[in-house]
Amino acid sequence: MSLEAEQPVARRPDRAALLIALVLAVVGLAIGWSTLQAGGVAAYTPVGPKTVPFIVAACLIGLALWTAVEAWRGNFPEREEQQTAPILWVVGGLIVQMLTIKTIGFSLATGLLFAATAFAFNERRLWLTLPFGIVFSFAVWFIFARGLQLSLPAGWLERLV
Amino acid sequence: MNTFELLGAGLLTAFQWGNLLYALIGVTLGTAVGVLPGIGPALTVALLLPVTYRLDPAGSLIMFAGIYYGGMYGGSTTSILLNTPGESASIVTALEGNKMARKGRGGPALATAAIGSFIAGLVATLGLAFIAPSVVKFALSFGPSEYFALMLLAFMTVSAAFGESTLRGLTALFIGLALGLIGIDQLTGQTRLAMNTPNLFDGISVTTLAVALFAIGETIAVVASRTAMDDRIQAVKGSVWMSREDWARSWKSWLRGTAIGFPIGAMPAGGADVASFLSYSAEKQFSKHPEEFGQGAIEGVAGPEAANNASAAGTLVPLLTLGLPTTATAAIMLAGFQQFGLQPGPLLFVTNAPLVWGLIASLLVANLMLLVLNLPLIGLWVRLLMIPRPWLYAGILIFATLGTIGASASTFVVFGIPTSFELGLLLLFGLLGYLLRRFGYPIAPVVVGLILGPMAERSLRQALQIGQGDPTVLVDSWISVTLIGLAIAAVVVPMILRARGKGKMLAAMAGDED
Repeated sequence: MSLEAEQPVARRPDRAALLIALVLAVVGLAIGWSTLQAGGVAAYTPVGPKTVPFIVAACLIGLALWTAVEAWRGNFPEREEQQTAPILWVVGGLIVQMLTIKTIGFSLATGLLFAATAFAFNERRLWLTLPFGIVFSFAVWFIFARGLQLSLPAGWLERLV
Repeated sequence: MNTFELLGAGLLTAFQWGNLLYALIGVTLGTAVGVLPGIGPALTVALLLPVTYRLDPAGSLIMFAGIYYGGMYGGSTTSILLNTPGESASIVTALEGNKMARKGRGGPALATAAIGSFIAGLVATLGLAFIAPSVVKFALSFGPSEYFALMLLAFMTVSAAFGESTLRGLTALFIGLALGLIGIDQLTGQTRLAMNTPNLFDGISVTTLAVALFAIGETIAVVASRTAMDDRIQAVKGSVWMSREDWARSWKSWLRGTAIGFPIGAMPAGGADVASFLSYSAEKQFSKHPEEFGQGAIEGVAGPEAANNASAAGTLVPLLTLGLPTTATAAIMLAGFQQFGLQPGPLLFVTNAPLVWGLIASLLVANLMLLVLNLPLIGLWVRLLMIPRPWLYAGILIFATLGTIGASASTFVVFGIPTSFELGLLLLFGLLGYLLRRFGYPIAPVVVGLILGPMAERSLRQALQIGQGDPTVLVDSWISVTLIGLAIAAVVVPMILRARGKGKMLAAMAGDED
């Protein structure tokens, strides 16, 4: 939390915040719709499994309206300018890891994530970070999969030991 | 048995070799994550949930509590030497502590933080031991409607009472509550909001959500920011020992910090960050050297550091006696109890007394270990701060994915390729965590909503079933009425304060996590 949260310069309406309001409303409606559609045990009890989802859906829609009002008035805090390229490196690393981990195993997939994250933080020496990431991930895999019996996906590298 | 006998028996449990080892691992890990910026106790406990699944319940819980205490100690080191708080409860420590370090008085600043934390931890843990039995006696009379009112109060204090905005706090809470609905309903077995995906039938795992919001969200937020990457470490110069004057100026602050921190933690009134902030203001009032504040006043380190440790111990009062978490870390610890089939609350003191008292006694032992770890061995922790940022965050992501896959190894087939479903959720919630940070939403209410939401729903439905559908059953005892009244006040009073332009103080007291 920043100690210097000053009154934001009036930039109204705040489009990004309006988008948040829209997403909240859509999520609220989706929860309400899905609950309405769900077939159900005919409940004799006055409060069944649908009661709380309806309450949550209603509150989300209410919060969406409130967010829209605040966004319209420009009441959201000032946002810092962001760099997109590093975000893409981290997110890309996570996507590659997710897609490959079941095929090539924990160590290789996680090593790739390590190198991608380090790259995002301006450590560009991939020839250094990639091998280090793979070796480190392999050590982690060995300790947790072998030592602590955690079920972690294994590839050809892990099957060597 | 009276409290002394129970605590004595607990000490015998605590001094078993296995439990000593768990406590040592916990406090060491806790100090490390407290020192390292970017990770805190909430994330660490969440990561360890899947790892400890097969281990001894008592030992694991001792370890979790050790991490919580250790995180409070370690955070001060980073605040003092780096001017970046290692965890959110040490923000005010950075104000005075870093100024002291720049003047070459880093040693005494670290010492007063560590000794103050020790004294506060000791007093507050004893406070926990002596208050818990009476809270338990009171809580045994609670029915579902009282529990529901209590959880309502916790929801409101965690989300709406502090922070910059009521709206964003409540929104974060309802995101958590909505996520908590996903999966099979506990009372009827009906599937809710699972989008016909079997991977979601068990609900969203606490580990995945907490790791995503704290580790992935934080990493993306740091890497995307242009300004977050330039810090300089202050070397510890001169003597670590405090002079006679330092002692004279510190001891009252330690006790005042403890007196402020413990009740704040014990009542569902916010976490350690609130306590340390209030303590800082109090020290400024009481100090005989108010002109030194802002220039490196030792009271401004001693008080808040004592307060955040005392409030960590205080948080365990509602957690153990009522099963009510008031911070993100406590909520994840609650999930840890549940993973072993234990439900914290008054009954746990009856059915599992040795475990509870062993845990409380272990905290006394852990506190002593922490004093040793943080004074003579301080140089070791300073070295952790030398890890370059790229390697640190890349390493954090390795452990983040490790904990997530450990929580659930389920496979999801995309275009014929087997992929990890849990890692997909991790990415999704990680982006959510980044957006929450970017738009100034607090994180803790999401986690608390996910964990406490289903429990609150169960209490609500049980209460209404007992009352045969009549909603007035929720307000038919004075306890429920008082609690609901407090919950409403927790939303309305801060809104009035903010509208009158006093919002800045509330914003400063809000924490991102833990």
